Parts: sequence; structure tokens; C-alpha cells
Amino acid sequence: MEKYIFLIPLFPLIGFIINGLFGRWLGKGVVSFLGCMTIGFSFIVSFFTWIELKSLPVENRVLEQVLWNWLTVGDLKMQLALMIDPLSMLMILVVTGVGFLIHIYSTGYMAHDESYWRYFSYLNMFVFFMSMLVLGANYMVMFVGWEGVGLASYLLIGFWYKGNENADAGKKAFIVNRIGDFGFVLGLFLIYITFGSLSYMDVFPKALEMFHGGELAFNSGVLVAICLLLFVGATGKSAQIPLYTWLPDAMAGPTPVSALIHAATMVTAGVYMVARSNILYSLAPDALLVVGIIAALTAFFAATMGVLQYDIKKILAYSTVSQLGYMFIGVGVTAYWSGIFHLMTHAFFKACLFLCAGSVIHAMSDEQDIRKMGGLAGKMPITYLTMLIATIAIAGIPPFAGFFSKDEILWRAFTFPYYPVIGKIIWVTGTIGAGITAFYMFRLIFLTFHGEFRGTEEQKKHLHESPFSMTLPLMILALLSFAGGWLGVPHVIGERLGHFPNILEQWLHPVFAASEEIVEKMAVVPNYPVAVEWGLMAFSVAVATAGICIAWYIYMRRGADLPQQLAQEYAPLYQLIHNKYYLDEVYDYMVVKPVYYLSIVLWKVVDAFMIDGIGVNGPGWLVKRFSAGVSLLHNGYLQTGGAFVVLGLVAITCFFIYW
Amino acid sequence: MAPLEHYIILSCILFGLGIIGFLTRRNALILFISIELMLNAVNLMLVAFSTFKANINGQVMVLFIFAVAAAEVAVGLAILICLFRQIKTVDICRINLLKG
Repeated sequence: MEKYIFLIPLFPLIGFIINGLFGRWLGKGVVSFLGCMTIGFSFIVSFFTWIELKSLPVENRVLEQVLWNWLTVGDLKMQLALMIDPLSMLMILVVTGVGFLIHIYSTGYMAHDESYWRYFSYLNMFVFFMSMLVLGANYMVMFVGWEGVGLASYLLIGFWYKGNENADAGKKAFIVNRIGDFGFVLGLFLIYITFGSLSYMDVFPKALEMFHGGELAFNSGVLVAICLLLFVGATGKSAQIPLYTWLPDAMAGPTPVSALIHAATMVTAGVYMVARSNILYSLAPDALLVVGIIAALTAFFAATMGVLQYDIKKILAYSTVSQLGYMFIGVGVTAYWSGIFHLMTHAFFKACLFLCAGSVIHAMSDEQDIRKMGGLAGKMPITYLTMLIATIAIAGIPPFAGFFSKDEILWRAFTFPYYPVIGKIIWVTGTIGAGITAFYMFRLIFLTFHGEFRGTEEQKKHLHESPFSMTLPLMILALLSFAGGWLGVPHVIGERLGHFPNILEQWLHPVFAASEEIVEKMAVVPNYPVAVEWGLMAFSVAVATAGICIAWYIYMRRGADLPQQLAQEYAPLYQLIHNKYYLDEVYDYMVVKPVYYLSIVLWKVVDAFMIDGIGVNGPGWLVKRFSAGVSLLHNGYLQTGGAFVVLGLVAITCFFIYW
Repeated sequence: MAPLEHYIILSCILFGLGIIGFLTRRNALILFISIELMLNAVNLMLVAFSTFKANINGQVMVLFIFAVAAAEVAVGLAILICLFRQIKTVDICRINLLKG
């Protein structure tokens, strides 16, 4: 089967090329058929690859396909190679599976758009680059995918490029990501210098070998630097503090794009990258500490920012930032599989939430302000039910998917082996954040689907449930949000259920086994009694329930007056959070404005005056000045020229005669 | 037979006349004639030396010069006719577009 791995990225590439070049003339039916079926074929190939991979013995579960030598410069050899191991298998199943559902949804959502073909070609291009990112067998191929998905994201955020703010949002996403990519590239250079290769097959065994051989000290500076630089890339791509600001603005794109790129797949690339580099991170606990702290801060602060937003998509965007923070907590406390587990469940329920939001926006004639909605539950029952399931999942109520993954992450943070105290602090932050998440998600549900309808009469007349092409993906994703968590049932629950295995942890174990050995060797893994785990689990469920109850009390029981009352009572805090801690403004003053004014100086002084004035026009002016006298001789008369020839002849003759 | 010096002096006089004509006259046709005069002064010199030194090379050279001169006159006159058709004059004082 490893001969056919290349088909997974190839199908979307074909779809992208055909739709991109000829889509204009093909008609909507053909375009959507091509766009969806290419991803569907990729999913089928992935599925069969999974069956093949499953049949192999556990320690041999790696399939590699070298397509061709990409470049050879001196000692640097780069191959375009694809690799499938349990980790990339899971990722590619999520990417093509969720991607396929969102493509189907898009055929309904974008049905009336004039650039239908452009949309599908971009979307296929995104899936192509995302599968390159996930399947690459070395950091270079990953980097190609990494940049490619950034491009696709830019193109799709600015998809409706006629609106200026959409184009600005696209630019913001691209430029902020560039800052992160700078760190990522530096990290790759450092990896190459240290290990002499960029291929996963070489780097990780080499790192272990150097570690055991004593050449590479535990927690040494170069390792921490590599991990931190890679993490800088991850903060950009996966919207962590301080580079998260692009993601809320990225909601300017079409809603299915937000679901696919800015919730389910692309933004999780950073988590995948850290999990892929787990051996390097496990050897550098200081870097893990930074990852964990930044992730906890992101999870908490993004959750608070979500509380006071009114735009349905902005709420989900902050929620995504916050959930990405949880994933990074997972990988940051050496519980790599739980980060990936949350990545998977998050892909299900957040894609579902975004698609539901899209369905609501569709029904509300492009209205996104939840203050103008309300009482939609009766009008669109399928959307309501599926969104409710996804919301319960993200709030962390058992037995829905989000509970298992989030709780595993928090539990592993509580037992962080390298820094036990910091681990407890991360746990506290994460648990409070989970409560806030439950609060703002149910606030969204209550304001959107319950109470009185607050929109215009015109909108009320148009209210309708979305077509089947849109509700089908919703139902599938809701089912996955409900049941997806059962793949990773924690051991304490599993034992009670009669030895129900933790399927996902076992599946991913080969990838993370070496890391676990390092952690066990270098730190004491704390051993808490089972009761503590049960207690924490109950506590986080209680916190989530409390969040839901508070939301219900404020927005359902008391009606509309209480939120405003609270806002007035705590006006400074309200303003602070409502304005997202003024971080955008701070960035504007600290980064954007200085760069802007510096560019003006560079333009006027360096470019216009120095380069154009002195560098380019200067020599011309000089030559003109110096030749002004001599050019008088060149008057164009034939006989003046002739006279000079004769004079020259005489001079030469005299020279030969008298010298 | 007259001595070699006479040929040289005659050739120099012809060459000098050619130069003076070339530098002073304003009619392009006269300039052509002056150039021919200079060429033939050189030819005369070559033939004279060839005869007095008993070396045939000089005379071979002269034949080549005739051929080149004929070609040059053909091309030159063609240019001159074109020029006349364009600007209705052969006065080279009017033809000074190539100035710096």
C-alpha cells in the first residue's frame, strides 16, 4: 500500500488544477463533483492505508515512499518523501474525512456565489498542502505544506476580496504567520546543523543516540533553542499568545473555510508539529515549560475574550484559540497523545459548531450578531440539535467527546513530571478556562436558539432549515462529537466498564514510546491514587456544569436586563474584556505603527532620495556635466569630422617621422 | 623614364588637393570626387613603387583598391540619392543631425 501514499495528496492537486484552470467554464455541477470526489478518493485511499497499517506488527508501523530526490547541494540531500505512521495516519484521516464533509457542506453553502469554482479550487489546494504537511517524511516537506496552507488560508480569508476589511484580514493572517514561520525556519536550520539531516528517520534516532552517548546533554541550550524556535512557528500557525490576533479576524472568510482551515485542520498543524518532534521536546523540559505556560495563558485568556463577543463566528474563533491552548497544554506536559486526541475531538465538534453557525448565518440572511437572533430552535431543529451536541461536547460533559480529551489533558497537566508545581498551576488555569468555555458556549446557544426572535420581520420570513447537503455533514459531525471521545477512554473509567481499552493511546504509542522512556528516566512520574483522578474528573465536570448553570441563569432565567446591569456594575472590566484586553491596539502602537513610519522614512529618504536621487540619477548627472565641454566638438558637420581625421593623420605621420 | 621622386611629388600634390577639396567644398558630389582623387593618388604611389622596386605586390593592391573604390562609389551614390530624395539637397552643411 505504501506505493499508493502519493495518491492522497495527488487527488486534491488534480482537483485544484482542473478547477483552477477550467472551472470557470465547467459549470457548478462538475466543479462541485470534482471538488468533493477528489477529497473523497483521498479519504478512501487513507482508509485502505489505515487497514494496511493496522495489519502490520506494532513496531513496524511505518510506511515510507520516496518520490524523488528534490535537491542535492553538497552534503545537503533533500528527498520528496512521504511517510505514514500512526500519528500521520490519524491526522490524514481527520484532514480528508472532515475535509470531505466540509466540501459537501460547501456545495450547499456557496451555491449562490459567483466565484464558485475559485472557492473549490482553493479548498482543494488547501487539502493538498495540508496532506503534504501531514504526510511529509522530513521537515522540508512539512515546511512546504506549512507555507502552502498559509497561502490557501490567505486566499480564502480574502475570498470576498471586494470588501476591504476581508482583504486586510487576509493580509494580517499572512503577515502574522510570516513572523512565526521565521522562527520555524531558524529552527530547521538549527536542526540541520545539530543533526545533519532534516528527515524524521534520521533526526530522532540521532537525537536519542547523541543523548544516550552523552554528546547531547539533557535540556541543553541547543535543544531548547530548537524547540522554542519551532514553537514560535507553532504560535503563529496555531494562534497562540502572542501571535493569535490573526485568527479572530480570519473569520472574514466563508464559514466552511473557518470550519475547515481555522478550526479543524490548519491551525492544529502546530500541535501536530510539536507532537511529531516529541523526542526533541522531551529532551528539553525548559521548552516544554514555555509551551505549557503559554498554552495555559492562551486557553484562559482566549476563553475570557469569548465571553463578551456578539459575533457568532468571533465567539467560535476565540473558542478555537482557547481549545488550541488546551492541545498545547497536552503536548507541553509530555502527554503528546492527549494533545492529538483533543485535536481530533476538537476537529469534530468545532467543525460541527462552525458549520452550524454557517447554517444559522445562511438562514438569517448573513446576520452574524447573536443579539439579533433568538428563538431559532423551532425553525431549524437539525441545526439546533447538532449544535447543542457539539456545545455539550466542547463544554466537557460526559460521555461527549470533549470531556475525555480535555479531562485527559488536565489530568496529565496535574501530574506533569518535569515541573510538578507549574503543572498544578496549569491545571487550575485550564479548569477555570473550561468553566468559562462552558459558560460562553451556552450563552451562544441560549442567545441564538432560545427566547424571542430579535431580528427584523424580513429576516423572520426567510428563516428556514438548510438543505440536505448542509445538514448531512452536521449530523455526521454531531455523531462524531458525541462518540469520538470513546476512542480514548481513560484507564480508570475503562476498568470500570470491563477493561474497555484506550484505543487511541495504544494506537499512537509507537510514536511516543521513546519520549515516555526519556520522561521516565529523567523525572519522577508522580503516582497518585485512583481516587484523585476520579475526584479531579468530577471536579471539572462540576465546574463545567456550574458554567452552564450560570449562563442559563443570566441569559434565560433573568432575561435581558441582567447582562447589561452586570456590564454597568463592572464597567472597567467589561470594557477591558470586550476590547480583548486592547491587545490589537497595543500591537498597533508597538509594531504596526513603528513599521509604518519606518517604511515612510525608508521610502522618502533611502529609496527616493538616496537610491533614486544619488545612486541612479547621480552618475547620469555627472557624465552630463563632464561631457558638456567636449560635446561641443561633436557638432554633426561632416567636414569637422574630416578635419579631425586629417589632423590625426598628420599627428601619426609626425610621430613616425620625428620620434 | 622620370625618376621616382617625380611620381612621389605628383602623388602628394594630388593627395593634398583631394584633402583640401574634401575639407572645403560643400557639395557632397564634389566630396566624392575628392575622395576618388585621394585614392588614386595612393594608387599612383603604389604603382610607382611597384615599378621601381620590381615588386608586383603593389600593382595587385591597386587592382583591389579599384574594386573597393567602385563598390564604395556605388553605395555612396545610392545613399546620396536617397538623401536627396528625403531632404532635397546635397549640401552637407545642412546635414548635421548627428551632433552631440
